[in-house]
Amino acid sequence: MIVKLIDFFRDRLKTVIRAGYCLLALLVVLDAFVDKHHAHTWIEHYPGFWAAFGFGACVVIILVSKWYGHVKWFGRFSIMTREDYYDR
Amino acid sequence: MIGNVWIHPGLIMILGAMGLPFVKRGPVRSLYLVLVPLLAFFDVSVLMEHGTFGQTTFMDWQLTFGRVDRLSMVFGYIMTLMAVIGTIYGMHEEENGQHIAAWLYVAGSLGTIFAGDYIVVFLFWELMAFASVFLVWFRRRAGSLACGYRYLLVHTFGGLLLLAGIILHYKETGSLAFVMLNVHDPSAADYLIMLGFILNAAVPPLHAWLPDAYAEATVGGAVFMCAFTTKTAIYALARACAGMEILVPLGVIMALYGVVYAVLENDARRLLAYHIISQVGYMVAGCGLGTKMAINGAVAHAFAHILYKGLLFMGTGSVLYMTGKSKFTELGGLYRKMPLAFVFTMIGGLSISAFPLFSGFVSKSMVIAAGFEEHVYWAGFLLTMASAGTFLHTGLKVPYYIWFGKNNCSEETWEKAADPPMNMRIGMGIAAFLCIFIGCYTPYLYRMLPYPEVAAEFHPYSAYHLSETMQILMFTALGFFLLLDKLTPEPTISIDMDWFYRFGGRGFFWLARKPIQTADNEISEAYNYMGLRPLMIISRFWSWFDWHGIDGVVDGIARFFVRLGSLMRHVQAGRVQVGMFYAAGVVALILIAYVVQ
Repeated sequence: MIVKLIDFFRDRLKTVIRAGYCLLALLVVLDAFVDKHHAHTWIEHYPGFWAAFGFGACVVIILVSKWYGHVKWFGRFSIMTREDYYDR
Repeated sequence: MIGNVWIHPGLIMILGAMGLPFVKRGPVRSLYLVLVPLLAFFDVSVLMEHGTFGQTTFMDWQLTFGRVDRLSMVFGYIMTLMAVIGTIYGMHEEENGQHIAAWLYVAGSLGTIFAGDYIVVFLFWELMAFASVFLVWFRRRAGSLACGYRYLLVHTFGGLLLLAGIILHYKETGSLAFVMLNVHDPSAADYLIMLGFILNAAVPPLHAWLPDAYAEATVGGAVFMCAFTTKTAIYALARACAGMEILVPLGVIMALYGVVYAVLENDARRLLAYHIISQVGYMVAGCGLGTKMAINGAVAHAFAHILYKGLLFMGTGSVLYMTGKSKFTELGGLYRKMPLAFVFTMIGGLSISAFPLFSGFVSKSMVIAAGFEEHVYWAGFLLTMASAGTFLHTGLKVPYYIWFGKNNCSEETWEKAADPPMNMRIGMGIAAFLCIFIGCYTPYLYRMLPYPEVAAEFHPYSAYHLSETMQILMFTALGFFLLLDKLTPEPTISIDMDWFYRFGGRGFFWLARKPIQTADNEISEAYNYMGLRPLMIISRFWSWFDWHGIDGVVDGIARFFVRLGSLMRHVQAGRVQVGMFYAAGVVALILIAYVVQ
């Protein structure tokens, strides 16, 4: 049953993606109408702030981490290394 | 409590572990495996009342084994509950040793939780480390032994920090009671105790033991390990270090550090281990904030975390159990083969990501809200950022690269892949149910928290909080799919702080081999030239003198006597008869001469 459900969505991937984009847009639009008196900072009052924050956080995390893993530290070694590194 | 008898749940686990080898294999053993942790759970959840129990005098000290209050109750509750789930999940394991190690480990955790003084804390603290290391060793891979020793050495170091702190603390205050330390003006003793605790909570840079050991542990062992060590440390921090300000930045660093390494990680269980560091960061930060709401948040998050992280380790563990693989570069596209494991792991993933209606949503937000309420905005924003990273990895990367994505399975892996045995499904099912139940029915968890009156005021399902969470999560998902190429797993390992003691160990060997041994050789050599040579010359002289001088005299005398002897021999040797003949002849001649006269 689970497999069938997954296959059902996979067969209609284009529609699912379009629905996903609609959901994203809807979330930002709805945010404008939400009661924000619980917000602690001024910046949270902008509609869609958390959307931008979430997207930005995701991109920053991926890019910074990958940079951190691949860059040659002191020109010699990178954090990501071969799997038998400790075995020699 | 039955009447006045208080039964330590840890004692139930220890006795149960000791009795296990005598239980006959078969259905009786299965029943026994369920009943023992269930009895401990029943003991904590139903029988136990608040108070101080199990006091005994040892030498000059008053030891307290049973301090039962709200804080120890909620931790005792979740620890015994997890022991039930973990044991059911690992029930197919035939080897008694694994269950015994796991149960003693649980007993160590429970003993720490109910301890009323630092001596008992230390005792059980060490039991935890020494029991859990067997869960690594039982994996029996080439690297397991070394990995276990690394784990043990790090924890021994942490235990020594704790012990040093306890001794200094006793000298300072004259008390060993396990209560709040002097958090506002900490002394060296307070810092040492805190360091002992945060080493077990895996705070960087004292964290590398965690991904190292948890990824190496057995399938069932990892389920136990991910629950007990770090969360017992959180209990200890909430008990003794609540409000220690340094814990806030440490917790935030942890939360982000784990996320960064999770991006780089190729092994699913190592990724989850790094995410423990990230998640425990929220709890450490909560302990550091120290307000009632923050402590509630830390405890609630620990409670929820034990269940969903256990569930995640069970899900990925079942993939490892069935296929023998846990690396993304050797898996993929398995949703047709292991749909149940996928659904359960996904529930764990959504819970850890704090999706509405799942457990993380009602616990994590409490810590973040406490940060904002205390106007520690930077902490609040950075922790929110880390939670985007959590969804990115545990909610998206793990399920995507195991069950969808590019199929990297070898033919053999693909053949072997199937949903795991029934007991594993039941274990996952219970955990999954609780993850959703906690998320949907908040009073269940909130009533157990240390400050229930504060928790009752907290309403996670406000429109604003829902809108905020959904935006963060959904746009994180957007970022994930847009940057999917960047995230393709790479068959690498990531160098972490364990580098220092792994290569530090080698450095020590080098030190022993190279400078120390060389110096040793040089000294022998120098001794050879400066000491042995002259000695040899002198001794050669004396040898010559001995030979030619003393021996000459002695030999000369000896030779003289030899010569004298041989002369004497010439005179008499062998000719006695001749002599006698001559003598007798002479005597005869004289007699004849007399007769003739």
